[in-house]
Amino acid sequence: MNSNSSKPDNRNVNKPNNTALKLVLAAIAMFGFGFALVPLYDIFCEITGINGKTAGQVERVEQWVDTSRTITVQFITTNNAGMPWEFEALQEEVEMHPGAWTQVNFWALNPTANDMVGQAVPSVSPSVAAEYVQKTECFCFDQQTLKAGEGRKMPLIFSLNPDLPAHVKKVTMSYTLFDAGAFAK
Amino acid sequence: MTTATASHDDHGDHSHHGPAKGIMRWVLTTNHKDIGTMYLWFSFIMLLTGGVMALIVRAELFQPGMQLIRPEFYNQMTTMHGLIMVFGAIMPAFVGLANWMVPLMIGAPDMALPRMNNWSFWILPFAFGMLLFTLFTEAGAPNFGWTFYAPLSTTYAPSSVTYFIFGVHMMGISSIMGAINIIVTILNLRAPGMTMMKMPLFVWTWFITAYLLVAVMPVLAGVVTMMLMDIHFGTAFFDAAGGGDPVLFQHVFWFFGHPEVYIMILPAFGIVSQIIPTFARKPLFGYASMVYATSSIAFLSFIVWAHHMFTVGLPLQAELFFMYATMLIAIPTGVKVFNWVSTMFRGSMTFETPMLFALAFVVLFTIGGFSGLMLSIAPADFQYHDTYFVVAHFHYVLVPGALFGIIAGVYYWLPKWTGHYYNESLGKFHFWMSFIGVNVTFFPMHFIGLAGMPRRIPDYALQFADFNAIATVGAFIFGFSQLIFLYLLIKTIRGGEKATDQVWEGAEGLEWTIPSPAPYHTFAEAPHVK
Repeated sequence: MNSNSSKPDNRNVNKPNNTALKLVLAAIAMFGFGFALVPLYDIFCEITGINGKTAGQVERVEQWVDTSRTITVQFITTNNAGMPWEFEALQEEVEMHPGAWTQVNFWALNPTANDMVGQAVPSVSPSVAAEYVQKTECFCFDQQTLKAGEGRKMPLIFSLNPDLPAHVKKVTMSYTLFDAGAFAK
Repeated sequence: MTTATASHDDHGDHSHHGPAKGIMRWVLTTNHKDIGTMYLWFSFIMLLTGGVMALIVRAELFQPGMQLIRPEFYNQMTTMHGLIMVFGAIMPAFVGLANWMVPLMIGAPDMALPRMNNWSFWILPFAFGMLLFTLFTEAGAPNFGWTFYAPLSTTYAPSSVTYFIFGVHMMGISSIMGAINIIVTILNLRAPGMTMMKMPLFVWTWFITAYLLVAVMPVLAGVVTMMLMDIHFGTAFFDAAGGGDPVLFQHVFWFFGHPEVYIMILPAFGIVSQIIPTFARKPLFGYASMVYATSSIAFLSFIVWAHHMFTVGLPLQAELFFMYATMLIAIPTGVKVFNWVSTMFRGSMTFETPMLFALAFVVLFTIGGFSGLMLSIAPADFQYHDTYFVVAHFHYVLVPGALFGIIAGVYYWLPKWTGHYYNESLGKFHFWMSFIGVNVTFFPMHFIGLAGMPRRIPDYALQFADFNAIATVGAFIFGFSQLIFLYLLIKTIRGGEKATDQVWEGAEGLEWTIPSPAPYHTFAEAPHVK
């Protein structure tokens, strides 16, 4: 077809070409990106406000109390599969004004013959209310260590931010208790 | 070697030597045709292996109640079937076709990185050997579904999960190397005059697919590495007790997983875009729009992953975003279907076996696309989620979609590879048995899915019995008709009517300018593309 003299222009093997190297680096970067996704999902959801997770511990501030409305806050406890502790909220629900601080106690008992470490993981429903839940104290902030047969009353002190959207009349706070023995600090 | 049409093959004296002899030819080969052949045979063996597993599943589901196998083994079968079909059959088959055809279509003498090519193939038998041998261990094979959701695949996994993780690592490395090789080849080894917008669509779709592979296979490697660390090194990526989050697994997995499903279909789009113009004897309608549609699908694949997770408790905004983004994919996909149909419009069509498979692809893939559109409706998905409707959907896009695309491509290029025409009546028989079998298997699954039968359960309620029995009959028809294909392939390799260089009357492109069978070395000197 073509004569030998006309060198094909884009297949000159002598020209240094680092396409392959760039692609290898891209693959390595994407491996890193996979791990970066772990914090990125959280950051992204926090920025966009669609996280649905409650914030950590906050400082107690005296804030305006919206006495014009009363919110029903319900408490649910669940044991994760295989967690043998007794775990319950001592009050099923409270009526409270947004802005007011309330204390609710939970009860946990380790009925086994072994010392155990538990970790409660919180969740709020509806998720739009999650960012308005302010906790100054919660047993879910730390691991709970109970000796064999030991029981403990565990406090939760919280308020609802008065900016809570008006359509939210009822908030459910759920705690799931995990056996955290493998992750004991 | 016929010299009439391939004068350029006879110039360099190195192009005259043939392959080495014996088994070491295959172990040491760096020839793109040899490696392509090995990929294709490997994937065919995996197709039959995964097919046997599917038939075990269907045999158990023939009647309600537990008849043949234990539920634990049933779970291993569904898991291994999925893993082997996705990673062992469909993906390597496409890489095999790319190895064979991309250099021939762009006028390159071989792949750009031939030694790496050898390595990326030879990793695969070991990866799948490791995965398959878990079936014979005491713990049994992985049983957590091909999507291996944590904590099922971490806290509750059988001990064989570690072999699974290393197997995934190895096949991932193989895919990434294969993809890099294809990109480098396409970017650097095109014949003079073969501009990007003159490349055949199979090359274009593979080019885009290769970028998807480089972008997401490392994320899959990352997610299985996190599993490995959770299982063996005390981290808690996916364990809420240690501050992790099981839903995170699904987010990271589907960030890989959704582009992955396009990795399994885009090359098939390319194959069909080669075949339809050939047998309609018209150029492809809307070439540029095909390229842009494929690129759009690839881009959208990165922003729709959470439509697999509508029921995990996503916030409303996220449900809406992923719902609309998913529906957007229907637009570029619709462009492609429209272009295929327009290519056929007023063409002088003939219906050889590759065309039959390509036509079945267009019709049946579109059915799968429509059920996908139904699934994308977030509120409706709460009903469909994890039912047989989902099983029907993804089998429609993967079996008469991806697999029919591959089979169509094999029929289309087989005379070029072997130098012989296959037996057309046998090919048509294979097509009709497959076509009937596939629809009898998967169409009833739409109905039992909408009626509420869940996936991945070895037993079911009585009202689903009739459709399940029908599906099982279809599965056996489909499964055994692939033996016709095997017989046809062996027969064609051994002999048959001598194929012309152009093979098909309407075929156009560089691969049809070389002799049939394609000589061991081609395009040692670059052709000129006008």
